[in-house]
Amino acid sequence: MKPFLLLAALAIASPALGDSSLPPAHWANQQLPDAQQEAEAQALMEEIRCLVCQGQSIADSDAEIAGDMRDMVRRRIAAGEKPSAIRAWLIQRYGAWITFMPPSEPATWPLWLAPIALLVGGGLIARARLKKRAAK
Amino acid sequence: MKLLRFLPLALVGLVVAALVWRLANPPDTNVESGMVGKPVPAFTADATLPGKPSVSSADLSDGRPKLVNFFASWCVPCVGEAPVLTMLKQQGVPIVGIAVRDRPADLRQFLSDNGDPFERIGSDPQSKLQLAFGSAGVPETFVVDGRGIIRMQHIGPIEPDDVADLVAAVKDAR
Repeated sequence: MKPFLLLAALAIASPALGDSSLPPAHWANQQLPDAQQEAEAQALMEEIRCLVCQGQSIADSDAEIAGDMRDMVRRRIAAGEKPSAIRAWLIQRYGAWITFMPPSEPATWPLWLAPIALLVGGGLIARARLKKRAAK
Repeated sequence: MKLLRFLPLALVGLVVAALVWRLANPPDTNVESGMVGKPVPAFTADATLPGKPSVSSADLSDGRPKLVNFFASWCVPCVGEAPVLTMLKQQGVPIVGIAVRDRPADLRQFLSDNGDPFERIGSDPQSKLQLAFGSAGVPETFVVDGRGIIRMQHIGPIEPDDVADLVAAVKDAR
């Protein structure tokens, strides 16, 4: 049993091989000294998608590349760059997919219109039902 | 009207069918770079090993089309890709390497174990170049033409089957 458990433990540990041996980048897990800048960086990091764990934002992800992206965001904001410029730089490289705030463009209109359409549809159904009930 | 009673069941069936289809055909998680068709971003990388020249964006617009290969000693698929890169080099394709988050000692070991097809190797300790190229992981390879325009992106390890395509792409990039 014991050798089996040891092997199982080794198997669980093997994904660590997929990471480099370098420590995280300087600003990956460290806040900027300026609270205003840190708040801006944090807001941007929460809406940028991690490239490898694609359901998570880079603020939430422990992936190395997410750490490197946080480092980049904080460095650029500390250097005075606007969050919108950093977002545009990332969209140029990875597409609108990289942000969790999809820009309003024809392809995303159904996404914005669906809740309104559902509400209106639901209202109409409810009205028909209530009318029927009143008529009884 | 009676058939309408089965509508919810049909809808559930439809949702289940969609879920099963998605499970059987997982979505493509590759992230394609928007930099294809654009000039390489301006950069100057530090050298990694003594005797091995480093890379800057100027080296990528010297008139010779080439491959820019993002790799790392800690990347297992890169080991599999190494012999294929050597094949490409033997066919006359210049290859420039970008070592992502790597240490010189590890890199030296990797090159002596797996061969060194690289003309130049630049260091990318914080994945900055990787992000600038719009690359999402290692290994990834870009075809850059003689004027420094990125012409193609190959995501994942290069397999022997990809060699002919890449050689042709580099030829076309002249």
